[in-house]
Parts: sequence; C-alpha cells; structure tokens
Amino acid sequence: MVFEVFRQERKGQPFQHAGSVTAPNEEFAEIYAREQYGRRQESVALWLVPRDALHEIVEFPDEFEMKYRRVDGYSIKARLHEARERAGTLDMAPGAASE
Amino acid sequence: MSERTELLLAIADDELILGWRNSEWTGIAPFLEEDVAFSSIAQNEIGHARALYELVAAELGTTADELAFDRSPEEYRSAPLVQLRRLEWARTIARHWLYETADEIRLAALKSSDDPEIAGLAAKMDREEAYHRMHADMWVDRLLATDEGRTRLEEAVEELWPYALGVLDDALRPELVARAREKLGQTLPEAEPIARGVHEAELAELWEEMTSVRRSAPAGARW
Repeated sequence: MVFEVFRQERKGQPFQHAGSVTAPNEEFAEIYAREQYGRRQESVALWLVPRDALHEIVEFPDEFEMKYRRVDGYSIKARLHEARERAGTLDMAPGAASE
Repeated sequence: MSERTELLLAIADDELILGWRNSEWTGIAPFLEEDVAFSSIAQNEIGHARALYELVAAELGTTADELAFDRSPEEYRSAPLVQLRRLEWARTIARHWLYETADEIRLAALKSSDDPEIAGLAAKMDREEAYHRMHADMWVDRLLATDEGRTRLEEAVEELWPYALGVLDDALRPELVARAREKLGQTLPEAEPIARGVHEAELAELWEEMTSVRRSAPAGARW
C-alpha cells in the first residue's frame, strides 16, 4: 500500500504534502513515516492517508475561455481602495491604524 | 571499576555494537522504507551508547570516544548476541526482536534504580526504544503470518536463542523466556546462555573497521 504523508512543521500551520511511503499496512506506515519525516524534529504532526482514499480531480474544462473568471491582471488593491473611499471605511482597512 | 561502571559499560557496548551491526543494512535493506527505518534505528542505538559512555567517562575521567574506540576488542563487554554478523533478514529480525525484548526488561529494571542519573537515562532511552520494539513486533507478526516466514524465523530464533539468554543476568532472564514463549509460540531449546565475556571472531573484524578512521589519525586530531 502507498500512503501519502502530510507534515505540519509547527503547530497552527497548514499540513503540506511531504511525500509517500510504501508499507504493507498502517502500522508499518507509521514507523516508516516517523523515521522519514519526523526523526530530525522537522515535523510536529503527520497525516497518513492511504492513496486509495484520495479522490483526485484533474480535469477543469474551460471551453469558452471565460477570462472574467480569472483574476490575473486585475489589481484588487486599487479597486478595494476606491470602494472603501466610497463607503467611508478607509480607516477600518487592515493596517490602516499603523499607516 | 565500580559495579555501576561495569553495568553501564556493558549496556553501552551492546548498543554500540548492535548499532554498528544494524547499520550494515544501510543501502541494502529489503526495500527503501525499511532501509531508512533500520538505519535510523541503528543511529538511535549509537546515540544511546554515547549517552551511556558519557556517564561512564565522567566517573573514569575519560571521554565517550576513548571508551568507544580506544579499547582493544577483548575489553568490550557486549553480549555475543550483538557481535554476530548475520546479514540475513530472518536472523536480523530474530536478533532485533530478541535484543529489543531483553533490552526492555533491562530498562524497566534500570528505570527503578536509586541512582537518578541511571533512572533518568533509562527512561529517556526507553521512549525511543518503544518505537524499536514496535518495529520488531510488527516484523515478527509479519513473518509469523506465512509458512515460509514462520519457518525462517523459527530457524533463526533457534540458532540465536543461547545468545539471547546471554544478554540478561540470572535475575532477569526468566522474563525473557516467558516473553519469547508467548510471542513466538515455538519450542525454545534448552541451552546454556552464551554470556558476556565471550568474544566472537566477528567482533575483532568489526572492531578493525569501526576503529580504522580513529586509528589512522594522530591522537588528539579534531574533526
């Protein structure tokens, strides 16, 4: 069985994919994951997920090239500033107090 | 040499030599994950050896490195079980399980020692050894699950049994017998323990290799 391993570097941080281990069962997988992804104190927690349990999605059709759904080239910062100005909430924007 | 020093040195030598033996699988273990795991276990054992040598060194006014590398092969107190070179997986797993089980029994006794340094170090070691035992138990279960695995493990245990008895002293030995009976479910041969003080020819070969770098450098060289 292949187990995908996710590791958390510090408490509160998101788990990130670290790699995988091949093992005959969950108990062996735990030992192998501990040794490969934990023995240098590089993780505070690991998630082991049997590869079969993952539901993978790979196709994202975009037949009509609906560019307006994408945000590339779109400066949200300037637009947000304008919107806040109109609403009179500029002083409530994140970071406003320190500026 | 005090009784305390003798005891600590014997355990340190066990862990050093076994760590060395286990590391002989690095790069050639049955599969990659096992290679990494078994090498890591080997490193842990050598780490334990260092901590134990440091306790002894403080008492004798020497250093851990001098104790580990500057004695002659005859001066090592390691049990013959760990000296054997058995680069065959069934024997490796048999020794691994037999040693870890004996070590657990020994550590349990040391954890209740009146000597706070010994009790403290034993507790620390035991927290790592718990994973070694888990690993060894799982492998034994795995081998016992098939006819071929069971046959090969049984042969290996039969060969190593007198050596396994030699790891522990008379007081602790019966517990190893009980544990082995329960887990392995095979008839264990009636045998005299092959105890500490016996030096297998393989130990001298291992010593040659283990100390070669240190002997090649002038005394006091720094790395």
